[in-house]
Amino acid sequence: MSDFDWGVIARSWPFLAEGMALSALLVAVATAGGLVLGFGLALMRRSRHALVAAPATAYVTVMRTVPLILVLFWFYFLVPLVIGRPVGSLASALIAFVLFEAAFYCEIIRSAIGSVRAGQTEAALATGMKRWQVMRYVVLPQGLKAMTPLLLNQVIIVFQDTSLVYVVALRDFMTTASVVASRDGRPTEMYTLVAVVYLAICFSLAKAVEHYTRARAA
Amino acid sequence: MNYTWDWGILLKEPYWGWLWSGLGWTLLISLGSWTLALVVGIAAGVARSMPARFLPAIASVYIQVFRNVPPLVQLFLWYFVFPEIAPESVGLWIKRELPQPEFVTAIVGIGLFAGARVAEQVRAGVAAVGLHLMPAALATGLRPLQAYRLIMLPLGLRAIFGPLTSELLITVKMSSISLTIGMLELTAQSRHIENYTFHGLESFAVATVVYLLVGLAVTALMRALDRRFGATRYRREAAT
Repeated sequence: MSDFDWGVIARSWPFLAEGMALSALLVAVATAGGLVLGFGLALMRRSRHALVAAPATAYVTVMRTVPLILVLFWFYFLVPLVIGRPVGSLASALIAFVLFEAAFYCEIIRSAIGSVRAGQTEAALATGMKRWQVMRYVVLPQGLKAMTPLLLNQVIIVFQDTSLVYVVALRDFMTTASVVASRDGRPTEMYTLVAVVYLAICFSLAKAVEHYTRARAA
Repeated sequence: MNYTWDWGILLKEPYWGWLWSGLGWTLLISLGSWTLALVVGIAAGVARSMPARFLPAIASVYIQVFRNVPPLVQLFLWYFVFPEIAPESVGLWIKRELPQPEFVTAIVGIGLFAGARVAEQVRAGVAAVGLHLMPAALATGLRPLQAYRLIMLPLGLRAIFGPLTSELLITVKMSSISLTIGMLELTAQSRHIENYTFHGLESFAVATVVYLLVGLAVTALMRALDRRFGATRYRREAAT
């Protein structure tokens, strides 16, 4: 009880920072890739042709009902098989994250596009714009504004999700801390630190999003 | 792709039995943590919407902390840290006498995480129904708690059936993180089969389909409940 050793944090600091860098990389790639793929999926789901819309709908439904850990396992084994040689867990995890988060970004983008009233599209078409021009100049600018808070909240969720790469032994912030925890026998100090760091980051990000949303609404 | 498929292997023992027991644990953890999440979530959601000062503040701290720490970290805190920092007698009891410690920890960890999310929905539901019903309820002679129990909560919960369905689905998926503390639930068992047979893709495929079926069943069940008790029924009746 009395023999906490907080010095373990100072000693393992560089190692933990490397972990945090990997977490940041995962968030960045998952968000960038997820947004691009999610946008494509959202357009597919809005298509009038069932052959285009149905596969996207099925994909999104599956990804949203399956645990992220299972998806991580899937790609951990599938990617080396498809490529034909070992690629390391980072590549598999990045692919898994992009494909998984794309389903969630797709739904956010789709609802944002849907929130722009149909009259806007009709009016724009009536002015002689082509469909892609309507999307690019009329629907997207308005939709993007509507979805920014949801997108930012999703980024926070992705950051929390990245801690799950623990299961494929990828050394993100959570996993480096757990390595130190078991190496030095200091789980109490390390997991408390992890919780405090995640709480500080996610809480201030969430507050910033809230503030931004409120400032814009006012 | 160089891979020999062998679906038959999953029907052989012990692998077939492993999948079933994995599904059993997944359902048990989901049910247990969902029950805890509903109890804590409703309590915190109601406390958060109260006009007093002290209770909403406590509920708000609970919601912020448990929403902003990744569930995996929360699980590790309950499993590795809580027994160490709890009063010595409690800590010793957890370490020596608590039956099924991993199972109980999984329910507590996932349940309290989901509870914070449920609390936000409950608060939104109560707010949507309208806190303006409160003075009317009090004017009829109900005490504040009675007003919540008899008016605000029933109406508020009906309004949030949809969001609660999503939260329940998230809880089912979240049950998979308990594999990190040694629960052999569905995802863990499919991984386990990979370890033994090198036929991971088949076992992951089966697990994926099972999660889909559970998800569909949960959605259908919640829809049926919504039709029977939820707000959609009242909307429909109002429309006709």
